[in-house]
Amino acid sequence: MILRGKVWKFGDDISTDLIAPGRYFHLRSDLNELAKHVLEDADVEFAKKVGKGDFVVGGRNFGLGSSREHAPTIIKIAGVSCVLAKSFARIFFRNAINIGLPVIECDTDKLAAGDELEIDLEKGVIKDLTSKIQLKFAPLPKAMTQILSDGGLVEHIKKHGEFKIE
Amino acid sequence: MGKTISEKILSEHSGRDLNADDFAIIRVDLCLLQDGTGPLAVRQLEQLGIKDVVNPQGIAVFLDHAAPSPRKELSNDHITLRNFARRTGCYLFEIGEGVCHQIMSEMFTSPGDVLVGADSHTCTGGALGAFATGMGSTDVAVAMGLGKTWFRVPRTIKVVVNGKFRPGVFAKDFMLFLIGTLGAEGATYKAIEFTGEAMESLPMPERLVISNMAVEAGAKAGIFASDKMTKAYLKLHGREDKYKELRSDKDAKYDKEIDIEVDKLVPMVSMPHTVDNTKPVEKAGKVKAHQVFIGSCTNGRIEDLRVVADIWKGKKRDTDTRVIVTPASKDVYLLAAKEGLIETFVEFGATVTTPGCGACVGVHGGILGDGENCIATSNRNFLGRMGNPKGYIYLVSPATAAASAIKGELADPREYF
Repeated sequence: MILRGKVWKFGDDISTDLIAPGRYFHLRSDLNELAKHVLEDADVEFAKKVGKGDFVVGGRNFGLGSSREHAPTIIKIAGVSCVLAKSFARIFFRNAINIGLPVIECDTDKLAAGDELEIDLEKGVIKDLTSKIQLKFAPLPKAMTQILSDGGLVEHIKKHGEFKIE
Repeated sequence: MGKTISEKILSEHSGRDLNADDFAIIRVDLCLLQDGTGPLAVRQLEQLGIKDVVNPQGIAVFLDHAAPSPRKELSNDHITLRNFARRTGCYLFEIGEGVCHQIMSEMFTSPGDVLVGADSHTCTGGALGAFATGMGSTDVAVAMGLGKTWFRVPRTIKVVVNGKFRPGVFAKDFMLFLIGTLGAEGATYKAIEFTGEAMESLPMPERLVISNMAVEAGAKAGIFASDKMTKAYLKLHGREDKYKELRSDKDAKYDKEIDIEVDKLVPMVSMPHTVDNTKPVEKAGKVKAHQVFIGSCTNGRIEDLRVVADIWKGKKRDTDTRVIVTPASKDVYLLAAKEGLIETFVEFGATVTTPGCGACVGVHGGILGDGENCIATSNRNFLGRMGNPKGYIYLVSPATAAASAIKGELADPREYF
């Protein structure tokens, strides 16, 4: 799958409290409404201006904190096609795969805000069309690729009736 | 080759001989849902087309994050969860019964169990010798519907703790120190095993503090071997038949080993806005305490409240500091009332609230104003955590929080010991 979009740059330690703030706790059963506040405390313009297919690009330990799956879900609902970071917190990473949002670990220092990217998930290649640089990334563990390629964990279980991972 | 506790538990629950880095399908004993993550799990189970859960007696649903509900949307989420519990026959813990991890520890979690919870602090259960970890709503929905989940078996960091805690220094201070040392992602994907004489002599309530915060170093689990302290805790809660001997083999393979002496440990604080931003309280400088919060799944137990009441007895809060005390469960609340602690708190000038998570997670009951500081016994100080991105949260032990409420600023508690 080839993804295309623009870079939205964030720093290190983007917590789930920044992605889906606790003060909007009451919107958790209205995800479209909650998505209007995604990452609001990190970049107040983001939710209003993010385009379909764009990329959230973070630093170290992206998604640390709570287990709220609402965090990757509203990033996806906002139109983001993939999250890139130097490293991810474990629960966020797993949740993203489960809801069908691709996540990539790579050296994000090389990517600048506003850059246009083209990402080939199968080949593990990121082309920065603005700066003309190319980055490679390691593929996901096979268990995660299997879930992601089915469109997330719900679709995976519906399709196979059980876990079908190696 | 010998095995770690995690490798043993996960092997036993997969029917295969597993080692670190193996991927496996694992049988799940216990599932936990709370009111922030539960409604989504219920909806995902519906999406899956699964009507019945495999083992309702192994599922507990908690109404604790919005207790009592401050908004109609959350009241409706509670209806969803009550209906789910009624329909499937799983356990429901109503508003006021307590924080999920406290009740899981009191009533459900046993050595050797696999517990998955839609709450990141599910790792609390590691104190009891269980493999307990936090996951998202969909993972837990599938675990409820199929009775299993998948894991990559974690590598284990062995933390060997020797020496003796000095007066006024607690498990919380140790854990803040360790997280500061490891960093917020120092244990990502890994289990941490706590051992050594200082851990072996630590009673269960203090162990629960340590396992609870393992996730703040990124860990998948924070585990203790089961021993006489585990047995004593299970007996206290009428579950001594659940005791099982469980420890890592002597020749188990560890990812790395960290040695810590607690003799020199002093009261610690996590400064805003990351948990690993730690320093000794005595070196933190002047921090005005607009609010002091004592509670949460980390430090809302009866032992914590006793420490606080001992410090507060016969004293008054600083007039510029408001104080909130939230017992972690109904049983803790009742015991605190019987022992006269609640009277001490109220006379001190504190507000005692319903057992729950509201203040810590920024839903209700303790939201900070712009520019305000909270000295808190909870486990997270991320920007926006207590409901306001313009607030500042300092994480400390109950003793440090109690001293700070008297002085009106972040204060070293050792003068009270």
